[in-house]
Amino acid sequence: MKIIELKESITASNDEDARVLREELKQNHTLLINLMASPGAGKTTFLGKTIKDVGDKIKIGIIEADIDSDVDAKKLAELGVEAVQAHTDGMCHMDAGMTRKALEELNYQNNDLVFLENVGNLICPAEFDTGAGRNVMILSVPEGDDKPLKYPLMFTKSDVLIITKIDTISVFDFDFDKCEQRAKKLNPNIQIFKVSAKTGEGMEEWEKWLSAQVKQWV
Amino acid sequence: MHEMGVVIHLAKTLDKLAEEQHITRIGSVTLSVGEVSGIVNDLFVDAWNYFRKKHPVLNDAELKMETIPAYTHCDGCGSKYETVKHGKICPNCGSKETWLIQGNECIIKEIEAETADEELINQEDKGEENAGDL
Repeated sequence: MKIIELKESITASNDEDARVLREELKQNHTLLINLMASPGAGKTTFLGKTIKDVGDKIKIGIIEADIDSDVDAKKLAELGVEAVQAHTDGMCHMDAGMTRKALEELNYQNNDLVFLENVGNLICPAEFDTGAGRNVMILSVPEGDDKPLKYPLMFTKSDVLIITKIDTISVFDFDFDKCEQRAKKLNPNIQIFKVSAKTGEGMEEWEKWLSAQVKQWV
Repeated sequence: MHEMGVVIHLAKTLDKLAEEQHITRIGSVTLSVGEVSGIVNDLFVDAWNYFRKKHPVLNDAELKMETIPAYTHCDGCGSKYETVKHGKICPNCGSKETWLIQGNECIIKEIEAETADEELINQEDKGEENAGDL
């Protein structure tokens, strides 16, 4: 037996699958956005509002990743977008292989934009590249401004941080400046949007960014 | 749960490597895992022992885990300290302005492998201890 030195990332096979998938998506003019957040941060409500606002201009598809059930996919399908449910079979994250399967089921080529609503969790989804063109994370005001300290990897890997439920600010001790500072320290390039999907406040800016990204990608 | 996902990718990476380099059997896999990588060693080994049986090349591959110690740098006083012991706050000056230098890695360091050519050599040379395995 001989020793072979590798010094390779343990998830190298996923990194490669993700790279290939990202290229394919680019060639097919579909932007995949990996949306990550804790359970209850308001991912589905936020997506619902985004679809209502820009769904007539951008053709959107949805992949709902959950350990089980299809309540979210049903909710979003009611808004007239194509939505598929990807079950992760008990796993806490989506990887590039699972994402590819779900995209194929969705016939993603018909869409300009596909949102992958990842499993609700701020840890594991950050560890696995899904092949998405952009990573977006949601942090809701009730969760607290200290989350960048507790889940640094998620903030490092995200291109965008959406702070949601800003309409509840009067009842929570959430310091926007502190949260921003903490996030920027981990990731100086992170873009931050403050929104309320319920009142619509701040959504316009996010949607402007989103439309620009879709145009840039295709 | 997370460990299982990582093990699946580890097995895939090694399967691919085996194909590329004509490896017939992997005897051991050595991982370098950071103290704060979030990998739970016991769970990881359990998941490995389950998955290796599904990959012929990995059937007898023993998993060896080496730990990379975690160190944090303090911007406040410039010192370096042990992350696991002290966490985010610098024990020397109390500053919260700190960042991890190392310790969140998860790397496949090396493997012990037998290739197809080696098997031939072993078959020719009866004195080799591995010949008995063939």
